Amino acid sequence: MSDLKSTGPQAAAAPPPAGEPGGPVLAADGTPLKRSLNRALRRQKLRALMLIAPLLLFVLLTFIAPIADMLFRSVENQIVSETLPETVVVLHSWDSESGEAPAEPVFDAFYVDLFLAQEQKLHTRLGSRLNYEKTGMSSLFRKSGRRVGKFDTDIYTDQLIALDPSWKDPATWVAMMADSGDRAALPFTARTWDRWVAYLATEGDDPAKTKIEDVLFTTLYLDLRATNGSGASDARITQAAQAAAGFETVSLRDQFADADKNWMDPEVWGTIKAFSPRYTPGYFLNSVDMQKTPHGIETRPENQQIYMMLFKRTIFMSLVITLSCVMLGYPVAWILANLPTRTANLLMILVLLPFWTSLLVRTSAWKVMLQQQGVINDTLVWLGIVDDADRLVMINNQFGTIVAMTHILLPFMILPLYSVMQTIQPTYLRAAKSLGATNWTAFWRVYFPQSVPGIGAGSILVFILSIGYYITPEIVGGTTGTFISNRIAYHISSSLNWGLGAALGAILLAAVMLLYWAYDKVVGIDNVKLG
Amino acid sequence: MAALTPISRTPVTFYVPVVAAAGAFAGLFVGTAQGSGLLGIIAGAALMAVLALAMTRVIENEKTMRWAIAALFLAGGYLLGGIPGAVMGGAFGWFFGWFTYWLYEGRYRAKLPPYLTQGQVLWHFAFRVICGAILVFLITPILVVMPLSFNSQNFFTFTPEMLRFDPAGYSLRHYRDFFTSDDWQQALRNSVMIAPVATLLSVSFGTLAAIGLSSEHVPFRRLIMAILISPMIVPLIISAAGMYFFYSRIGLQGTYFGVVLAHAALGIPFVIITVTATLVGFDRSLTRAAANMGADPVTTFFRVQMPLILPGVVSGGLFAFITSFDEVVVVLFVGSAGQKTLPWQMFTGLREQISPTILAVATILVGISICLLTVVEMLRRRSERLRGMSPE
Repeated sequence: MSDLKSTGPQAAAAPPPAGEPGGPVLAADGTPLKRSLNRALRRQKLRALMLIAPLLLFVLLTFIAPIADMLFRSVENQIVSETLPETVVVLHSWDSESGEAPAEPVFDAFYVDLFLAQEQKLHTRLGSRLNYEKTGMSSLFRKSGRRVGKFDTDIYTDQLIALDPSWKDPATWVAMMADSGDRAALPFTARTWDRWVAYLATEGDDPAKTKIEDVLFTTLYLDLRATNGSGASDARITQAAQAAAGFETVSLRDQFADADKNWMDPEVWGTIKAFSPRYTPGYFLNSVDMQKTPHGIETRPENQQIYMMLFKRTIFMSLVITLSCVMLGYPVAWILANLPTRTANLLMILVLLPFWTSLLVRTSAWKVMLQQQGVINDTLVWLGIVDDADRLVMINNQFGTIVAMTHILLPFMILPLYSVMQTIQPTYLRAAKSLGATNWTAFWRVYFPQSVPGIGAGSILVFILSIGYYITPEIVGGTTGTFISNRIAYHISSSLNWGLGAALGAILLAAVMLLYWAYDKVVGIDNVKLG
Repeated sequence: MAALTPISRTPVTFYVPVVAAAGAFAGLFVGTAQGSGLLGIIAGAALMAVLALAMTRVIENEKTMRWAIAALFLAGGYLLGGIPGAVMGGAFGWFFGWFTYWLYEGRYRAKLPPYLTQGQVLWHFAFRVICGAILVFLITPILVVMPLSFNSQNFFTFTPEMLRFDPAGYSLRHYRDFFTSDDWQQALRNSVMIAPVATLLSVSFGTLAAIGLSSEHVPFRRLIMAILISPMIVPLIISAAGMYFFYSRIGLQGTYFGVVLAHAALGIPFVIITVTATLVGFDRSLTRAAANMGADPVTTFFRVQMPLILPGVVSGGLFAFITSFDEVVVVLFVGSAGQKTLPWQMFTGLREQISPTILAVATILVGISICLLTVVEMLRRRSERLRGMSPE
C-alpha cells in the first residue's frame, strides 16, 4: 500500500531526512509520523471496539434492555388514560377537594368510556389497577360494568328513531361519520364512533351492519344539545337538533348512583383523577408505604405498612449475614494464608467445594439439617440436650435464613480475604513482636490494617449478593425470614401487580448499584477474581 | 517453617488434668445421652485421668497402649449404643490415645517457635480448633446429604436402621426414582439442552470481547467493563423480573431460545473475568512475532493466542456452564413448563411435595461439582505453568 502512494509527486523528490530541523518527521510512506501513528492508533481502537461490539450489543439487548423495561414499568400508568380517555379530560376541571362527586358531564363521558371498556373487557383490568390504590375499586368497576349496558339511555334511541326511522340504519351512520361537516357538528359522537369502529375492527365486525348502541344515541343527543347541529350537512341532524330540546332526558349521574352509591363518593373520583396521568410515582410511593391520594401524598394506614419493614429487615439480615461471614471467614482465610502451601491447598478444597456446589443442593442440605425432624434436632435429642417434645425451631424463620445464607456466601468472603492476606508479609508480624508488641497489638496494629481491603471487598460482595437473594429465603425463610426479593417475586408471579414489583425492584437495584460503585472504588471491577 | 523446638516430656500435673478435662467434655455428651450430664462429666474426667496415668506410668509402650485404648472404647461404645456407639467409641478411643501421648511427649510444641509462652501455645491450638469448626460448618451440609440419599425410607433424616448400619436401611430407590421418573428425566434433558448452548454463546462472544478489552487503547473501557460485569452483580430476581417483562413483549418468554439467551447473558461476566485474567499474563510480542512471520490475524489467533489462553477460556466456560446449570430464578420467570430444568424441579420439590429424590439429585450434582472443580483447578495450574507464574 505504501508503495502505491509513494508514486505521488511528493515522494518523487527525495523525502527530507528524518531529524532535519524544520520539517515534520515522516513515516516510511511519506505521511507525517504523527498522523501515521494516530491512524494506527485509531485503527487499533476500532479493532478493539469491533471485537467488543457483538458482546456489548448482546448484553444490551438481552440484559440491559430488560432492566430498562422494568424501570419503565415502575412509573408507567397508561391504563387509566387509555381506558377512560373522555373522563380523564372532563375530570381535569373537577376539584377533588370540593367534597362532592363530579357533575353531569363527567358521568356522561364516563358512561361512554365504561361502556366501551366493558365491551372490550378492559374495565376489570382498570378496576384491579385502581384497587391497588383504593380498595373496593375492583368490585365497583366489575359491578358497574355489568350494569352499564342496561342504563335507561335507550329513551334517546327510541325518541330519535321515532323522529326519523333511518337513525336505526347503521349504514347511514357510516355515511354521516364520513362527512367532515357532520363530524364537526357532532364532535363527541365522532370520537365515540371512531373508538366504536376501532373496536369492531378488532372483532372483525362491519360497522355498517352492526346495531347502533344506545351509547351512540346518547352522545348524539348530548352533541345536539351542545352544538345545536350547526354546520351539519345531514338534514336529519338539523331536524333532530330542533326536536332534541323537547326530548325526555335521563340523568347519567343518577343512573350511576343507582348502579352503585360509591360513585357519589368523591374519594373514588379523586383516586381516578390522581392516577389519570400517563406516568405516576404511585408505585414508588407504595413501595415506601406511602400512597397518592386525592389530598396529596400520605403514609399508608398502619396495618398496611409492610415494605419499609421488609426493606429494613432485608438490610438488617444482610448486615448480620455479612458480619457472620467476616467473623467466620477471617480466621479461615488467615489460616489458609499462613499454612504451608500443600496443606493450604488441601483445606482450600473444603472452601471451594461448597462454592462449586449447586445452590439448591446447599439449600436443601440446610433444610434437611435444620428441620424439626432434621439431623441437628435428632442429634440434640439423642444427646439429651433438647427434649423430644420441644425440638428447636430453626427453620422457616430468620435464624434459618441467616445460617443457610452465611454458609452459602462464606466462600465469597474467604476467597477475597485469602487473596489479600497472601500478599501480607509474615515478617511484619514478627518484626512487630520483636519490637515488643503483644500478640494482640501486633495483629491489631500491623496485620489487621493490611487486611482491611480484603474485608472491604468481601463484605461488599457478600452484602450485594445477600441483599438480592431469593431462593434460600424462599425455602428456609418461612414468613419472618423472607427478603424484599421474595415480595418482588410474589408481585410478579402471584398478585400480578407488576408496577409495584418493578418499583420495589428499582429501589433494590439502586441500592445494589450504589454498592457496585463502592465495590468498583474499593476493589476495581477489573480485579474480581474467581476461584 | 517454624523453628524446630526441642521437646521433652511434660509433668503429670499438666497432661493428666488436660486429658481429664477433655474426658469430662466428652463425658458430658455421653452422660446426657444416658440420662445424667453431671455423672457423665465426673465419670469421663475420672476415667480419662486414670487411663492417662496408666498409659504413661504403668505400661510405657505407646503403640500397644493406643491400640488397647481404641479397642477398649470401641467395646464400651458397643455396649452403650450398639454399632453407632462402637464407631463413635472407636473414634474417641483413637483420639484419646493420640491426644494423651501428644501432650505427654510434648509433641505439640515441636513445630512451634521456641519463644512462645504457654498462653500463646494454647491460643495457637484454640485458633486451629476454631478454624476446624468453621471448615466443618462449611462442608457438613454437603456431607450429610450424601448418605441420606441412600435412605430406604421417605425420611429426610437418619433412620435407626441407617444408624445401626443395617443394610435394610439403605437402598438406591431414590436414584431409581430419579432415573425412571418422567418429570426428573425431562428436567435433566432440558438442563442438558440449555446449559451447553448458553455456554457456547457466552464463551464465543465473551472471549472475543475479552481480547478486545485487553488491548491497550480501548475508549470507555471502565464503562464497558461495568456493563459487561453487571449481570453478575444485579440481583437475579431483578434480572428475572426485567427479562420476564421484556421477553414477553418480544415473544421470547416461555421459549427455549429465551431461556438460552437469558442464561448466556448471566454467564458472560464469568467468561470475561477469567479470560481477561489469563490475558493479563499474555506476552503480546508473540502475536507480533507471528504477524512478522506472515501469519494473518485469524491464523495468529487460532495458532498462537488461543492455545495460550485456552485454560482461561475453558474455565470461564465451566463457570458459565455451572451458572446456567444451577440457575433457577431466571428460568422460573423466563421459562415455561416446557423449559423446566433440574434446579427448577428441585426448587418446586423443596417448596411443595418434598421427596428424598431431591437428595439423590443433590448427590449427583455434588459429584458433577467435584469433577468441574478438579478440571478448573487443573486448568488454573496449567495456565500458571504456561505463563511461568508458578515455580512448579
